[in-house]
This record gives sequence, structure tokens and C-alpha cells, in this order.
Amino acid sequence: MNIPTDLKYTPSHEWVRVEADGTLTVGITHHAQDLLGDMVFVENPAVGRVLTRGEECAVVESVKAASDVYAPIAGEVVATNGDVESSPEAINQDAYAAWMFKLKPADAGSVGELLDAAAYQKLVASEAH
Amino acid sequence: MLKQTPLNATHRELGARMVDFGGWDMPVHYGSQIEEHHIVRSGCGLFDVSHMLPLDIRGENVRAFLRRLVANNVDKLQVSGKALYACMLNEAGGVIDDLIVYFMDEHWFRLVVNAGTAEKDLAWMEKMNADWDMGLTLVPRRDLAMVAIQGPKAVDVLNNALPGVDSITATLKPFNAAAMGEMFVARTGYTGEDGFEVMILAKAAPMFWRALVEAGGQPIGLGARDTLRLEAGMNLYGQDMDETTSPLESGLAWTVDLKTERDFVGRRALEASEVTKQLAGLVLLDKGVLRSHQTVHTKNGPGEITSGTFSPTMQQSIALARIPLGIAPGEAVEVEIRDKKLRAKVVKYPFVRNGKVLI
Repeated sequence: MNIPTDLKYTPSHEWVRVEADGTLTVGITHHAQDLLGDMVFVENPAVGRVLTRGEECAVVESVKAASDVYAPIAGEVVATNGDVESSPEAINQDAYAAWMFKLKPADAGSVGELLDAAAYQKLVASEAH
Repeated sequence: MLKQTPLNATHRELGARMVDFGGWDMPVHYGSQIEEHHIVRSGCGLFDVSHMLPLDIRGENVRAFLRRLVANNVDKLQVSGKALYACMLNEAGGVIDDLIVYFMDEHWFRLVVNAGTAEKDLAWMEKMNADWDMGLTLVPRRDLAMVAIQGPKAVDVLNNALPGVDSITATLKPFNAAAMGEMFVARTGYTGEDGFEVMILAKAAPMFWRALVEAGGQPIGLGARDTLRLEAGMNLYGQDMDETTSPLESGLAWTVDLKTERDFVGRRALEASEVTKQLAGLVLLDKGVLRSHQTVHTKNGPGEITSGTFSPTMQQSIALARIPLGIAPGEAVEVEIRDKKLRAKVVKYPFVRNGKVLI
């Protein structure tokens, strides 16, 4: 299972990297892309959009199915990755390099509510039963 | 407990991603669904389709039974081995199942029916057999496995895997079959490519599969099977038609014989019905993926996507949709995807045949 320890996670299978300037880089986990299969479409939120925690804000679609991506915490979208929109298969190749969007958190402290790698690993294991 | 085909252990050894497919534990892919799709268009893919049910009908007057049972005309089958695609309708003209009928001799026809409808089909056929006092024997062949070998290199792979079969494949025409001992070799498929569907005794299936792999065939999951059949413009039962839809509004009018006087189940209902819809092909012009149940807006009113996917061959999204009559190929429509209306174009399908894009 590919779950880098330097990242944070959500129960809905997003990964979050806290950058030096406090912004959050968001993508979907290796496990999520593995479940979905070959990616063919990515739709990111508009830059400037203000998201509440858990809000549906992006969509990834594989050949098989469409899946919503949720805001890991509340914040404003400050950047989106156009490369992943034009080459969705990048998510299959390396889910942690193929980031989707960056958030400026409304409350920097709320990052602490995200799962660490060990907790996410446990969650994935329990879902696999 | 999920049902397993005789090749279940083989798929697991190959590292397949297994899914619950209508109660069957089946491989959805062995790594990449898109790569598997391309393999079938350019080389040779192997599909375990043993969840489908071969059904032998034997007795004195099988042809007379099938004349009444299915909407296509089995009198088109006069040469042994010839196959016919047909719908079995209910009295209301709805589709109980779509199936293939193989004529072997006047005392033996073989049908292949869908996995999810097999029990229902069998019960219906047994009822008709009794109601019409036909006295036929219906033999479900769960002792058989079925492997589809599909793609431009299918002939070579099958010939190399199965010594002696070249005497059959050399002359076997599309939509024909030949029995070879307990084995049954049909030049049929669900991909839009040349290929075969081979029925073989279940216990021999794993060894047959291995021989096909050694001959260059590559295992393909049900995921690619769906994108291949949709590109090929072939209906999927339960999505593109079911008991509530008329074959005449499901792109299947070509399989309904209303020219001859033959009386078949559902005929009266079809003749009394008014056809107001058609099954059309759609190509999405904007970015996104068409999916079943999305609403299609046309100048003549709304319709609905019955099957949609991303086409790996065309690198854009395609769909089959049931839309009002009077919308011609080339016309623009809009599809509701989440909160947006995206532009799509109506096209004549199939989208892809024999590796070539036809749109």
C-alpha cells in the first residue's frame, strides 16, 4: 500500500500536503485511483472558489465511474493543476505527484483534524475487510 | 456466496481485480482496462464469458418452438452451424432477453443467453414448452465453460492453442459455428472484431486458457468488454433494453421479423404500439464522460442515455441514448452532466469496427 508518511489524508481518500507557506496541496490517493481504474477526466474547482469542509468541489472520472472529490478542510482555491486535467492518466501513474488543486485554509489549525498515514492505512485496511 | 466460473482460480493467479458482476465473481481487469481494450483492437484478447449460459434445445420440433419463441425468424437458419441474434419478447412486446440461436440440426438448436437472465429465461422457455405442448427437452449446459478469443490475431492464437482447430477456422464464416467433439467453436463475439467464442467442458477450461495465453492471447476483463461492445454499437441487456422497452425503440428493429406472417410472442403488442423513440449514438463534443441515465435534451424533447463511456479508441466519450424520433445523425443535442449542459452530436453507430473509427 502506497501511503507516504509526510502527507495527511481524509476518509474520502484525498491526500493533503502542507506546504511551507501554509497552503494545502490536494489530490486523490493511490488507493483511490486503484479502485477507480484508468482515469479519463478531471474537473477542478475554479480558482477563487471558497469551500467548506467536506464540500464536493472536484470530479475525477475513470472509464468505469465518476467520483466526487471533497474539500479536506475549509478554504479558498488558490491554484489548480491544468496538467492533470489534460492528462488524467497522470493520477494512475503517480497519484501523489498528480495534485489537483491548492487551498488556502480558512483556519490553519484545522489541518490537525486530518488523518495521518497510520490512521489512513488503518481505514483502508478496514474497508478492504 | 458469489458464483464462480471454472476459470475463477486462473483469474486470481493472474492477479485480476475481481468484482461482483450480477452475482458472479468476475475479473473486471487484470491491470489496465484501457490497455486491455487496445489489445483487442490490435492483437488478441481472451475473455472468460462462462457466466453466460449455453442452453441446448432438443426434440422433434425445435424449429417450430423457436419460430414462436423469438422475434427474429429462425427460418433464416438453414445451414448447420448458422447463428442468429434474436430477442425473446413477453406478450407486451418487452424484451425478456437477447440471445444467440445456433442451428445444429432439426433436433438440436443451441441458445446462449445472458447470465443475469438465465434462470428467468429458462423458466419462461419451460412454460412455453408446456403451454404449447411441444415436448422438448431444455438442457442448461452449466458443464460448459465459454471463452471468447477476440481481435485481428484471434485466428492465429486459436489455431496455435488448439491443434486441429485450423480445419474449422479456415472455413468458418462470421456468425457460424461448428461442433468439434464436445467442443463448440463459433465465429461470434461482442467486440466488433473478428474472433471466436469457444465452448468447452468446464474441467478442460483452465488448460485451454493457458494454451491460449501461451499462443499470445491476453486476458481481458469485463471492463474492456463493455467499452469494446459499446464502440461496436452492440446493445447490453438491462441497460439498453429490458422487459419494459420495445425492441423497436432499442435499435433492434432489424432483429424483429414483421415481414412474414409468423406469429411470435409479443408480435401483436409490437404491431399495436406506436414507436416514438429511437436508439441513437452520441459523441460528446465537450470534455466529460457520458453515463447511463443522463438526460439528453433534443429539439423534439428529452431522452436518456442508456449506455455511456469513454471510448479508448476515439479518445472521447460516446453513448447510446433513447431519444425522440426525428433527430437525425449530425444534429446537436445537449446532455445534462451534474449541473452542466454539455454539447453532443447524434451519430450513426457502430462507432468502431475492425479497429477502425467509423464516425
